[in-house]
Amino acid sequence: MFWTVTTTLLEGFAETLKLFALTLAFSLPFGLIISFGSMSKLKPLKWLVRTFVWIIRGTPLMLQLIVIYYGPGLIAGWAQEMVMQTGEANSFIMWLTEWKVLDRFAAALLAFVINYACYFSEIYRGGIESISKGQYEACQVLGMSKTQAFVHVVFIQVIKRIIPPMSNEIITLVKDTSLARIISVYEIIWSGESFMKSDGLLWPLFYTGAFYLVACGLLTVLFNKLEKKMDYFRS
Amino acid sequence: MAILEVTNLKKSFGKTDVLKNISFELEKGQVLSIIGSSGSGKTTLLRCINSLETADSGKIVVDDGVIFDSSSTTKLTKEQKRINQLNVGLVFQQFHLFPQHNVLRNVTLAMELQAKEKPDFKRNKKKILADIEETAKEFIAKVNLSDKINNYPCELSGGQQQRVAIARALALNPKILFFDEPTSALDPELTQEVLNVIKSLKNTGCTMVIVTHEMDFARHVSDKVIFMADGVIEEQGTPEEVLVNPKSERTKAFLNKLS
Repeated sequence: MFWTVTTTLLEGFAETLKLFALTLAFSLPFGLIISFGSMSKLKPLKWLVRTFVWIIRGTPLMLQLIVIYYGPGLIAGWAQEMVMQTGEANSFIMWLTEWKVLDRFAAALLAFVINYACYFSEIYRGGIESISKGQYEACQVLGMSKTQAFVHVVFIQVIKRIIPPMSNEIITLVKDTSLARIISVYEIIWSGESFMKSDGLLWPLFYTGAFYLVACGLLTVLFNKLEKKMDYFRS
Repeated sequence: MAILEVTNLKKSFGKTDVLKNISFELEKGQVLSIIGSSGSGKTTLLRCINSLETADSGKIVVDDGVIFDSSSTTKLTKEQKRINQLNVGLVFQQFHLFPQHNVLRNVTLAMELQAKEKPDFKRNKKKILADIEETAKEFIAKVNLSDKINNYPCELSGGQQQRVAIARALALNPKILFFDEPTSALDPELTQEVLNVIKSLKNTGCTMVIVTHEMDFARHVSDKVIFMADGVIEEQGTPEEVLVNPKSERTKAFLNKLS
């Protein structure tokens, strides 16, 4: 039984890791773009982005998962009702009636990417704003453009500074993937629970904890190595 | 023909007038020391000439190229500003080396980025990069740091870091090199090694403007001294005139406080 459970959980864990890896792959660059928006000199853009970040960070991820998964279907339903009742059928409303519920995994991925990109953007922003003005000025008097200064001088210094808060957030993400259970994404918690329903066993669910522990342990080691690797300079 | 002409330069931060009508000239190959107490506007003057601050009015011309002119109706484009920037070099009080790059890379980075923007870069990539490294090594040798070429800034003393900063600025071949209190962040024993480098540059004909508190150095190295107080040039002339036989009461008071 132990082996059956282990292999089933491994299958679920593969989904967990897929969700984790894809979320990271998209939210790390997306977060950098958001951080540029939140530091923009264009005031309206800046406040728009900051309001968005406030909403995403200020509401539970579980709720965001539900909204993204069930939202499109709900809107399509309302639009259809409106067409039936008022007979109004402009192209926008017709377009809304065709909205479909996203695939479970895609919905979960979208919610995670948006949520984590917002958290990452604040870490990036803190890192970028902590770099001394002197670095930018040195670049300027050496004739570099602002983009060159960011890419060739500032970026690595930012990376070094944000590794500790980033590793914290990324380790949280490993465990947050379990929230995808709420929209029935087949990840490890879901596979653990399946034994409760089919065989009345509770321990497989407890056993899932070991998988998270191993993953987080490996990540901790990885981040420590990365931190050491960046030790060759001080800024 | 003056290589640097500053005319009626004014700058204020909010209600504080930091520069009140500054005018002076500097000839090619000369060394100018700017002295004066903190808050007299010395650093702001340097920052205006190096485009780190924008003056409110006046005119700055370096080697016939207009860097700033408030009476001109045509605005300088970003590109022109960057080109003008390269006519002048600046060495900061706090060095501002790039911590993640070694000594050689600190010196080559800006040169490489400039070379990459030129159309013939891809064809002659290897040769251009080799030339840049060669040039960088020459300048690093000039500041006596050839043995530290692969070290990172955090492994160097303050004096060594400042010398790298000087090599970095020199490598871009500026027409005038500015120093903003280059030794104020250094211990006395490290100050001398930086001053020696500046002295040796004078012998190669480098035009330099130095904001400094080192009066002995100013007296022995400069061709011209400006004493600033409260945003105006109180007195200017040869080191002899300003530092030994000052006319202005304020210059006398300032010099007395130091000795």
